[in-house]
Amino acid sequence: MSTESPFVALIGNPNSGKTTLFNALTGLRQKVGNYPGVTVEWKEGIFYSQHGHPVRILDLPGSYSLNARSPDERILVEALLGRIADLPEPTAVVCCIDASNLERNLYIATQAIELGLPTVIALNMMDVARRRGMKIDVEHLEKRLGVPVIPCEASNGIGIMELRLALSQHPLPHPTLKMEKPALIHDAVDDLLPVLPPREKRESILARGEARLLLSSDEDPGLGGPVWTRVMLWQLRFDREMPGWRSEWITSRYAWIGEVMKESVKRFNPNKMTMTERVDNFLLHPWIGFPVLGLVMGILFYSIFTLAVPFMDMIDGGIGWLGEMASAVMPDGQVKNLVVDGILGGVGGVVIFLPQIIFLFFFISMLESTGYMARAAFILDRVMSRVGLHGRSFIPLLSSYACAVPGIMAARTIESPKDRLVTIMVAPFMTCAARLPVYLVMIAALLPSGPGHATQKSLLLLFLYFIGTIVALLTAWFFRKTLLRGPSPTMVMELPPYRLPNWHSVLREMFDRAWMFLKRAGTIIFALSILLWFLMNYPHMEDETLPADAAGVELVDTEPASAVEGSFAGMLGRTLEPVFAPIGYDWKITMGVLSSFAAREVFVSTMAIVYRVDEEESDSVVQAFRDARREDGSALFTPLTCLSILIFFAFALQCISTVAVVRRETMTWRWPVFQFVYMFAFAWLMAFIVYQGGQLIGFS
Amino acid sequence: MDQLIQLSAMAPGQTGVVDGFSGRESEQYRLMEMGLLPGTEVRFVRRAPLGGPLEVEIRGFHLSLRLQEAERIGIKLFQDLEH
Repeated sequence: MSTESPFVALIGNPNSGKTTLFNALTGLRQKVGNYPGVTVEWKEGIFYSQHGHPVRILDLPGSYSLNARSPDERILVEALLGRIADLPEPTAVVCCIDASNLERNLYIATQAIELGLPTVIALNMMDVARRRGMKIDVEHLEKRLGVPVIPCEASNGIGIMELRLALSQHPLPHPTLKMEKPALIHDAVDDLLPVLPPREKRESILARGEARLLLSSDEDPGLGGPVWTRVMLWQLRFDREMPGWRSEWITSRYAWIGEVMKESVKRFNPNKMTMTERVDNFLLHPWIGFPVLGLVMGILFYSIFTLAVPFMDMIDGGIGWLGEMASAVMPDGQVKNLVVDGILGGVGGVVIFLPQIIFLFFFISMLESTGYMARAAFILDRVMSRVGLHGRSFIPLLSSYACAVPGIMAARTIESPKDRLVTIMVAPFMTCAARLPVYLVMIAALLPSGPGHATQKSLLLLFLYFIGTIVALLTAWFFRKTLLRGPSPTMVMELPPYRLPNWHSVLREMFDRAWMFLKRAGTIIFALSILLWFLMNYPHMEDETLPADAAGVELVDTEPASAVEGSFAGMLGRTLEPVFAPIGYDWKITMGVLSSFAAREVFVSTMAIVYRVDEEESDSVVQAFRDARREDGSALFTPLTCLSILIFFAFALQCISTVAVVRRETMTWRWPVFQFVYMFAFAWLMAFIVYQGGQLIGFS
Repeated sequence: MDQLIQLSAMAPGQTGVVDGFSGRESEQYRLMEMGLLPGTEVRFVRRAPLGGPLEVEIRGFHLSLRLQEAERIGIKLFQDLEH
C-alpha cells in the first residue's frame, strides 16, 4: 500500500457538467490558481473520503480527446500524465461523462482508462438521459469498461455520496481495459519508454500511456529534438506500414464504443424532437435570431450601465465615509494625506467598478451555463469569419468590454494559435470598464450638464464603444491579411442542449471573478496609488499657503499646480510634454496620461490629485477641468482637447495588467511590446488627426 | 440509388451517411474524434441566420460546422427517409 497522499484529476467533455460535479464534491473548499509557467486557470479543491481523509482534486479543462490540439488540452494531458512542475502525478482519475451523450463522451473516457490509472466514471446527467428516453445498463457498462461507473445528477446533488465512496477505496483498483492494437505500436512504445523524460516515481504506470499518446501527436508537446525525432520516425514507419493509421485508431475506438452502446443502452422514442431543437427553431430563426441576440446584449449592457449604478453609488458613499472617518481620526499631516488622497482615492476609484464586473460575469456565466453563448457564436460566426476570426473569439471580445484581462485569458478556448493571437492583439480595443470613468469625466467636461444634453452624452458614449469595436474588428482583419496570415480557422463547435442555469456555479464564477478583480485592486492598484502619491508629493515643496483640507473646489488656477510641478511626476510630465503637445495636452494632462499607464482609471484620480480635488466625485473634477487654464490663460480643456483625450484613451493600451497577462499568455515579451507600441502609435495618430484636423477646420 | 452530395449542399431535415472526406487529412481528425466518421448518420438541422455556419446532428448531439468545412464532407443521402 502506498502512503502518498491521494490526488485526483477530474476530466471530461466540455458541457458534461464537470464543473458542477466539482462544486458538488468540494463545496466551498476550493481555490483558483494558475499552472506554473503557463496561465491556464485551474481550480483545486478538497473533498473528504469515507474515512474522513482529505483528498485533493484538480478540475482540468474540458476536452473531447486526449490528443491535445489547443493549449488548454495540452495542459489537461500534461497534468494527467504528471508532467506539470509542482503538481504531483495523479493517483486516480474521475472522468465525468454526460449520460445523455454517452457515445461521444466514452471516447475520452476509454482513452483515460487505457492510461492505466485507477479511474472512476461519473455518469452524470442521468435525469437528462432518462428524459431523452435512454435506459442505461450501468452494470454492463461497468463490466465492459472495467472501472466503477457511478450514476449521478451533479446539479441535484444525487450520486455525489456514492462517488465519494467509490473514491474512498484503498487501494483503488487499476483498470484492465486494453483495446487491441497492432504489434508495431507495442514495439514503438517499448522503444520510446527509455527516452522519455525521467519521472519521480520509478515505476510509473503512466509511461506506456504517455508513449502511446505521443505516437499520435501531430506536433512536439515540448520534448525537444531527440525524443521527438524518434516519435516522428515511428510515425513515418506507421505511415508506410499502416496507411491511414490515425483515422484507423479513431474509427476502431468508435467501433468498440458502438458495440458497448448497443449492448448497454436502450432507446425509446428516439426520433422525438427535443425541447432544445424547438427553442432553437425560434432563437436561431433566420429573421428572429439577430433581434433576439441584440435584445440579450441590450439587457446585458443595460444592467451594467443602469442597474449597477445604485451599487456603485453605495460603494462611492462608503469610501467617502471612510475618508471622512480617516480625516476625523488621524492627525493632520503627510500620513493622513497619503491615506485619504493616495490610498482611499486610488483604490476607491477602482473598487467602484466592482458592481459592473459582477453584473457582467453574472451574465456571461449565465449565458455559458444555459447554452446560449454557443448560439451567439453560431449566429455571429459569419461576421467574425469576415475579419478572419472564429465565432469563439466573440466570448473573449465580449468579456473585454468588462476588462481585457479575463477576455485575453478566455482566448485560451480558441484552438488555432494564430486566431488566438489575433484575438489577444485586438481585445484591448474593446471598451473596458476601466475606460468608463475617463469617458464619463471627459464627456461631462466636454458637454454642459443639463437634461438637454443627456442624449448627446449617451450618444457620444455609444460612439466610443462603437469605434473601439470597429477598430478591433478592422485590426483583426488587417492582421489576418498581413502579420498573421493563415488558413481560416475551423468552427467545429458543439451546440449543447439548453439547460437551466446552475445557480451555484453561476454565483461561484461571479464571486471568483469579483474576488480576482478585488485582489488586483487590493495589490497592484494599492501599491501604485501609494507610488503615485509619492511621485506627486515629493520632493516635498512647502505649500502652507494652501492646506490640503481647504483646497477643495474653490481652487486657484496656478497655485495648486505649482506644488505638483516640482514633484517627480511633474518633472516627468514636463519632460514628456513635447510628445503630447501635438495632440493638445499640457504637462498636467501628460502626467495624468503617464500615470494611467498603470491603469486607465488612475487618470481620473491623478487629475483629482493634480487639481487637489478632495473627493473623487466627478462633479468636482469636472469643475476643476472647466476652470483649468493653460499658461497663456486660455482654457485648457477645450472641446478638442477633451475629444483628443477621449480618442487617445479609446485606442491606447494604458494598462499594465493587460501587458502582463499578454506576456504570460504568449510566453514572450515580443507580442505585448508590439501590442503596446502599435496601439499607442495608433491612438496618438488618431488623437493628432482629431486635434489638428479640428483646429484646421476652425474648431477650438 | 443513393445520391452523393457535399454536406454543405444538404437541406434542413435531410439525413444521410458520411461517405468520406476530401482535402487535407489533418483537418478531419478533430471531427472524427467528435464522432463524425465515415458511416456516421448525419441529420442536417439548419443554417445560421446569415447562411452559415451549419448545424448538424450526429450521434444524438448538435454540432456546428463552417461552410468550407462542410464542403469537404461527402454525404450519401437517404432518399427513402425524406417525406
